[in-house]
Parts: sequence; C-alpha cells; structure tokens
Amino acid sequence: MTGVEMDALLRGFGREQKDLTRILHKVQAEYGYIPAQAVQQIARHLNTTASEIYGVLTFYKAFRLQPGGKYLVTVCQGTSCHVRGGARVFEEMKKELGVEPGETTPDRLFSLDTVNCLGCCAIGPTVVVNGAYYSQVSEDGVRSIIAEYRKRK
Amino acid sequence: MKMLTHPTQLAAWKAQILEERPVFQKTVVVSNGTCGRARGSSRIIEALKRELDGRGLGETIKLEVTGCHGFCELEPNLVIYPGEIYYGRLKPEDIPAVIDKTLLKDKMIPSFVYEDPKSHRRYSQLKEIPFYRKQMRHLTQDNLRIDPDRIEDYILADGYQALAKALFDMTAEEVIREVDSAGLRGRGGAGFPTGKKWQFCRNESAERRYIICNADEGNPGTYMDRSILAANPHSVIEGMIIGAYAMGAAEGYIYVRMEAPQAVRQVTIARDQARKHGLLGKSILGSEFHFDIHIVEGAGAFVCGEETSLMSSIEGRRAVSRQRPPFPAQSGLWGYPTNINNVETWANVPLIISRGAEWYSQIGTPKSKGTKIFSLVGKVRNGGQVEVPMGIKLREVIYDIGGGIKDGKKFKAVQTGGPAGGFLPAEFLDLAIDYDNLVQAGSTMGSGGMIVLDETTCMVDLARHYMHFTQEESCGKCVPCRVGTRQMHDILVRITRGEGEEEDLARLKELSDSIMVASLCGLGQTAPNPVLSTLRHFRDEYIEHIRHKKCPAGVCPALVSRPGREAAPAVRKVKKTRP
Repeated sequence: MTGVEMDALLRGFGREQKDLTRILHKVQAEYGYIPAQAVQQIARHLNTTASEIYGVLTFYKAFRLQPGGKYLVTVCQGTSCHVRGGARVFEEMKKELGVEPGETTPDRLFSLDTVNCLGCCAIGPTVVVNGAYYSQVSEDGVRSIIAEYRKRK
Repeated sequence: MKMLTHPTQLAAWKAQILEERPVFQKTVVVSNGTCGRARGSSRIIEALKRELDGRGLGETIKLEVTGCHGFCELEPNLVIYPGEIYYGRLKPEDIPAVIDKTLLKDKMIPSFVYEDPKSHRRYSQLKEIPFYRKQMRHLTQDNLRIDPDRIEDYILADGYQALAKALFDMTAEEVIREVDSAGLRGRGGAGFPTGKKWQFCRNESAERRYIICNADEGNPGTYMDRSILAANPHSVIEGMIIGAYAMGAAEGYIYVRMEAPQAVRQVTIARDQARKHGLLGKSILGSEFHFDIHIVEGAGAFVCGEETSLMSSIEGRRAVSRQRPPFPAQSGLWGYPTNINNVETWANVPLIISRGAEWYSQIGTPKSKGTKIFSLVGKVRNGGQVEVPMGIKLREVIYDIGGGIKDGKKFKAVQTGGPAGGFLPAEFLDLAIDYDNLVQAGSTMGSGGMIVLDETTCMVDLARHYMHFTQEESCGKCVPCRVGTRQMHDILVRITRGEGEEEDLARLKELSDSIMVASLCGLGQTAPNPVLSTLRHFRDEYIEHIRHKKCPAGVCPALVSRPGREAAPAVRKVKKTRP
C-alpha cells in the first residue's frame, strides 16, 4: 500500500465521521487488513485523530490490523450449529489448522475465525472458506475441506 | 418504463411487462438463497441453463431464480409450473432426467418427490407438503415468483400499489391510524405497537426526522430478516417509504449485518432500481414527497441490534448503547427524532395498507396480530423458515410443519427469543404463540428464532453457550453487563467441567438479578434469561453436573465417559497461594 494509492481511495469518500465504517470496509477489501499507515491517512481525511480511528476499528469484529492468510476459514458458532455438533467441528478445525481463532497458520495459508451465526441454520454446522459455504460439516468434513484447500495451495 | 411520474403509471407498467413478457410453456423455479447456495443451488442453475440451451428449449421453458422460500432442509430444490411440482435434494446430474421426464413429458420422478418421513406418503405438489400446507404465507407468498434482481417481478405482484394508495389516497395521519388499528407490533422482539411508535416520532417537532430499518439480525439461529431482504427486498423498501411519508422523514437507513452478504447485495440492487424508477428520491410517483434510503453495512457487532447502539454505528462511532430516555423518537440519529423498525415489521406495512387494517387484524390473537416468520431450526426434521398466524400452537409448528424431532429422538425443549429468551419444555407444547403468552411462559418472541432441542442437548452447556455469546458481545460500556456476564460464564464453564459447587446456583441467580436490574440496555438486561430459564426447568441437570459430575446428555467433554475409561472430572488446578 502506498500513500498515493490510499489518497486515491479516500477521494471517493466523504469527510464525516459517518463515512468511517465504509472507508474501513473498503480498505480491508482492498488490502485484506487495515495497515497502520492507512489509519493515519484516514484520520487526516476525516480531520480526527488516529486513536479515534483505532477506537472504532478495534470495536468491530470485521476489521483486522494484521494481514490474514490466503484462505479465511470461518466456523459458525451459532446456537443451531452448536446443538448440531458445531462445537466438535470447531475443536477439530483448531486441531487441523493448529491455530486459535484470530490467528494465521505459519505458512500464511489459513486464518481461522468464528462467527455467531451465518443464517443458514437449518443445514448446520456451517463452515465458510473465502465465501464458499459448506453445510452439515462433520469432523471428517473438516479434514476433507482443509485438505482440498491445501491441495490448491 | 423509466421514471414513474404518476401513480397510474404503475398499472400501465405492469400491463407493459405482461405484454412484453415472452410466453413459456413451463417455468422452473430454483431458490438460490444462502442455504440453497451452501447446498449447491448454483450448480443446479448452471446445469439447467446448460441443458435448456443445449437442447434449444430456452424459449419454451423459463428458468426463474428466486430467493429462499423456506424449506432449507431440502435444498437444493426446484418447483415446476404449471402444477407446482416440487423436487428436493437435487444434484446437477439429476437435471437431464428432470427435463426429459417431467418438463417434456409431464412424468413424475418418484425419487425426487418429497416423502413424508412419518407417513411415508409422497407429495408431489408444493402446497400439499405438510411443511407448506399448515403455513399462512402473506409476507413470503411471492417469494416463488420474484427474482430479487428484477423490480419488474415485484411490479407484477402488484408491488408499490400500497405506496401509491398511501401517497395519493391517504393523509399521513390516516396511514398511522391504519397501521395502529391493524394491531401491528414490532417484530424485532419487544413487540411495541408500531402505530404508536410512528405517532411518537411524528409528534416531535423538528426540522428533520429519520427512519431506520434494523436489519442487524444477530440472534444466533435466526435468519428470517436477511431472507426477506434477499428474497423480496422491495417489500421492505415499500414499507419504509410509506412509513417515511407517515412520519415526515426525508431520509432512511437500512442497517444490514455484514454476515448477510446476500441481503446487502439484493437490497442495494433493489434500492438502486427504486431510485431509477422514481420510487425513491425527489417527487416520488409525481407527488410532493421526497425520500431516499442509505444502506449501511454493519461490521460484526451483535450489540448493534440494540437501537441506540445501532444509531451510534450509523454515525460512524463505536456501537455503545446509551441511556433511554430520551428515546430515539425524541432524540435519535444526530439528535433528530428517529424511528427504528425491524425488517419484518416494515415488510408488513404494504400488506396492511393494501388490504386494510380490518383484514389484517382478523389474523392472530386478540393482542398479537398478523403472521410471524419463524426460523425453525435445531433438532427438527424439516428445518427452515415458516410463516404462521400468531396464535398457532408450538406443537403445530414443531410437529405438523417441522415433522417432529430428527433421528427418532425425544423432544426436550424449544428455545425462543435467542440470547434474550428462554426455553420451553414439553409441557408448553400446546401454548398458543403470541408475544404475551411467550413472556408469561418465561421466554420471549424475540425476532422469531425457534431452536428445537432433543435429549442429546445439554442444557447447562447451552446456557454456557449463550453466556459465552453475550459476554463476548457486550459492548463493555456498563459494568454489570461487561463484568457480570463474564462471571456468570466462568461459573458455567466450571460446572460443565465438573468443578461446580452447589452454591454456584445461588451465585448465578444473584448475578442474574443484578445484571438485569443494573444494565444499561437490552443486551445486559436480558442476558441472564437463558440461565434463569434452564435453572427453572432443568435444575436437575445442573445438580447432576455438580453433585454427580455427570452430563446426562453426554455433551460436556470433561464429564463424558469414553470406552474403557470412567467418567472423571477434569482435575482442578491447585492455585499456588502466595505466602
């Protein structure tokens, strides 16, 4: 990310506090995370402080301050998934990837995350990898899903 | 039809669409909601396109892609018209047979037809299937004929006619009176009368007012709002425009949770189409009324479902709640009077205006009117979204529509109202569902989650699950909620590990009481409900965990015996005491 790129990105947005979340979504979509330099530039753009920007972005689960892995694995922790074996799926996923939620594997291939409901509750437990949904996932299913992405690299 | 500048142009547009529409012999509808996609509906659509084009059938058979129409368990599915033939659980390789036999020769393929798991009867028509038969579909009735990408489909279903009626035949006060006498209550959970809420907002004198559609549907196990937005987004937009006219608002916001990407996409497309056709913006349908809608995508915070937090979030701040009063109707977004209603509430508005309060108020119970959409999920056979009249019995929803419990297991309880709600064991199965009955029974309607539990569900573990959720989602502003939910969670973790003490039950009750009384917003005030409810109905299970170090449902890992090993509680780490 360069300062010039970031300036170009910010030109498409308003300069009020209410524009902040949209800006953060856009930066994250563009770079996969919110780089520290971006925070400084957003603060200048909105005529506020970097601490204000950090305050907002760390409040929400959506934004990350570190780049993630190539594949973002999200395991649903919603109640319907939970009663259908979601907890075991989650444990298996942690074991399979060897990381805790919020972390990235050392080869930077996978980041693990949880979500409190994905809204396809009748077919849980649900796992999402980079936007692709997997339904009725079992512990075996976890291993085959991850194997599939490992093969793709 | 480009810009609509007069209400009569709606009918003209509809006639034009009908006239220009190519005539097909058959229509195949494939639902492509979130569940459908997760189960491969996109591949079914591709296979259909490929086969129909390859055989030169593109002009005789129409492929219609719609949002979800409820029966998630049997996704991916398709419905063939005329005849309303329903085929479920399809694979792409099934498509050639569907075309050869059913579409071209009108022959059923028994293996794709729905078979009732109990009676083993087969039902080929959608409306005969018990899952659909017992429903009363008003909000979701058009889902099978609306491609959410096309405003024309909504126009064909008489869309925006209610708006025309409100704008040109009714005063703002009359609209509010109609909604009020229909008896519509807020579908977000609190059940506050919508007409009253609108009147409060209108009564405030201010230079501007805002309205908000709360689509931050965050209760786990609940997904009807995002389905409405993804399947029939214009119904919500139409409801909002009518509401804005009634309250005198020029700007509205739809706040959608980011975990519902399909809803965000569809409602944005719909909003842009409405703008293009003069249904949003300046001089709507040629009237003197101006109104526009902004769409705000959430960023992953459950507390945003609470109205004051949601408004902070729209303002671009940390989504922390604040003291009420002042209520949003007095001082909301940027300090201006603001009305917030839930997605399903807004979707009810066009229905009330077009068919009238008198018709609407005939549905339901004396104090809860209309239909309600529930997410029927968990250990139920036929999971999905069901729209039923208020007053229907829990048993009818779970057994007649839902087909009873999965895998021959026994019903244990149903959870309603999400993390703010409670559990209803078997003795409540004949309870008529409405706002007041559910509260009286110790739960709440919530936004419509209905999670069915069987004997393999551990109630202590589930209480822990909910406390884990609320302590994680607490915004942290007030101490009772931030610290209290954490304390309750830690106690529950101890109990599920076999490290609990009997005094813990009294501690849980005491903490619950303080959190409920002292928390700032709804999240904290209701957070202890799942714990209190399980303590009330399933105290024995807590005692088993504490006294006998056993998890009767066989869920809690530390208390489940594995073959060749006695059940043993995890050894508690001895804390080193400092000298």
